[in-house]
Amino acid sequence: MSNELVNSPAVRETAVPVVSPRRMAFNRFVSHKAAVVSVFVLAILVVFVALSPLTARYGVNQSVQAPPNSFLPPRANAWLGTDDIGRDLYSRLIYGVRVSLIIGLFSAIISVLIGCVVGAVAGFRGGRFDDVVMRVTDLFLAFPFLVTLLVMRNMLGAISWLTPIIGKVSSVRFIIVLFSIFGWMGVARIVRGQVLALKEREFIEAARAVGATRRYIVRRHLLPNSIGPIMVALTFSVVSAIIGESTLAFFGYGPQAGDGATSLGILVGQAKGAVNTGFWWLALFPCLTLVTIALTINFIGDALRDATDPRMQKDG
Amino acid sequence: MLRFVIRRLAWAVPTLFLVTFLVYIALRIGTNPVESYKRINPRATPAKIQQYIDKNGLDPNYVRGYFRWLVNFVTLDWPRSIKGSREVWPQLKDALANTLRLGAAASVVGIFFGLMLGVYAALRPGGRRDVGVNTAAFVGISIPPYVSAILLQLLFAVYWSRWFGSTLFPTSGVYPPGHTGFNLLLMLKHMVLPVTVVAIQIIAVYARYMRSSLLDVLSSEYMRTARSKGISERRVLFKHGLRNALIPVVTIAALDVGSIVGGLIITENIFSYPGMGKYFLSSFGEGDFPLLMPWMVIIVASVLLFNLLADVSYAWLDPRIRLE
Repeated sequence: MSNELVNSPAVRETAVPVVSPRRMAFNRFVSHKAAVVSVFVLAILVVFVALSPLTARYGVNQSVQAPPNSFLPPRANAWLGTDDIGRDLYSRLIYGVRVSLIIGLFSAIISVLIGCVVGAVAGFRGGRFDDVVMRVTDLFLAFPFLVTLLVMRNMLGAISWLTPIIGKVSSVRFIIVLFSIFGWMGVARIVRGQVLALKEREFIEAARAVGATRRYIVRRHLLPNSIGPIMVALTFSVVSAIIGESTLAFFGYGPQAGDGATSLGILVGQAKGAVNTGFWWLALFPCLTLVTIALTINFIGDALRDATDPRMQKDG
Repeated sequence: MLRFVIRRLAWAVPTLFLVTFLVYIALRIGTNPVESYKRINPRATPAKIQQYIDKNGLDPNYVRGYFRWLVNFVTLDWPRSIKGSREVWPQLKDALANTLRLGAAASVVGIFFGLMLGVYAALRPGGRRDVGVNTAAFVGISIPPYVSAILLQLLFAVYWSRWFGSTLFPTSGVYPPGHTGFNLLLMLKHMVLPVTVVAIQIIAVYARYMRSSLLDVLSSEYMRTARSKGISERRVLFKHGLRNALIPVVTIAALDVGSIVGGLIITENIFSYPGMGKYFLSSFGEGDFPLLMPWMVIIVASVLLFNLLADVSYAWLDPRIRLE
């Protein structure tokens, strides 16, 4: 369908309005109501976190009032209550979410970059490399995530020459590296599948026929055409890194960024001790925040998948 | 069929050795077994330490050490735990039994309700109940198990008795402290909350699988053929629809065992349930190599076994798959 044909007066009068693929994808995204709500909720959250010096009411280690100040239930000078040493939970949540979002974003981006390269090469090349990579990822992904994560964490932390590069076990950088090591596998699998499906298509054959190099085909045709699944993988990587960080921190293996700095996982982990004593706010609010973040990003990913896959039928 | 199974088994055995070798190396680097022995037994004589190193195959050369460990493991000459110098197998056996009970109960409950909900949603695609099930399942997979566990614990450990004056479900252990002997009712009561936590995850995952799988099948040609032959709607659904929709679900079920074990580890920890998860976390925290290695072997072997089951069940259920 060439442009002249579409723009010719005869066609323009009778034809339905021309909608660009991008516009169609946007329309499909917007029709996913939960995702639209999620975008707003997440945006508010990110703004709050980005403006943390303004939105947080207290410093990360500051207590709300002179003692006795520990385990105060929600009240005017501490909206979400205080923790064991009288720090404001609301402010700490903001600081904690900041660390968690940084971990989620960075490890997702690194995972997606590695995953795209490995997946594209494996799918395009095939052969021995493909076999080995897919075998290894299958094996890794089959094991209980937490076990692999803990074992790898201790192992990487014990290799002393790696420490200057990836940081100490309890640093945020180390956690990001750790999640990137795991995160790329799922992405590589998705990209490989996409590449395998695409590489038999006519336009790739055409590109090959006019003498395009493999590198050119991968970079100009395969990856841009896989952008939908890659975006989806990115959102799910963010969620799994955030949840992974919380899980590690929950069991006391998370980042300890020093000076009372906190993360969502540390806050959820503290909830464990607060449960039996009935300090419900310490358990409820961090958990709700974590679920809200996971749920909104998941909804956005789900809507992106619907939006970027034109073949998807609307079945609910 | 038999040849296929044997060939897959022939693959699984070297994989088992390879993976346990990797685990062996990772644990030796990560937990430093010799150091943790010295830390927990500060007054051990050099002879005792040497005996410990020999028995666990902690040779400085990893390959030699691994084979040393392997020989001891296979001949059931298992070293004793670092902490308290106790036999490993009795502890491991109890943990395994507790976890199998919990995991099996959660899987049965979870898969049953998950499949039901999936079918329920798929029968009216786009309808209100479909959207409801879909959204609920989505929320279910977005909630990490420890969040639901903590919230349930908060509700039942503290607030239930405060509101209603009596505890409904206990929130820790298998039996109340000090209880001896077997009591089925008491045990079941203790299992309700952990099973719920694990089952929520399973239900959510399976409802989604089942729904999309059944939707695929329902729109296929052979369903129309079956209907046009005049078979009753019920029979079409059960005989043609469900049967075919279950094929991918069964495969995924077998592959999913890793994530169920992961959920169990977290849940057991929160509810102080003495299973494999608690066993792992406490021995990992202590760096107790003699306790960790058999645990790892069991996990690796079961993951490989369920992978094998997935392949076999897929081939067995779907006659179109050729086992060349």
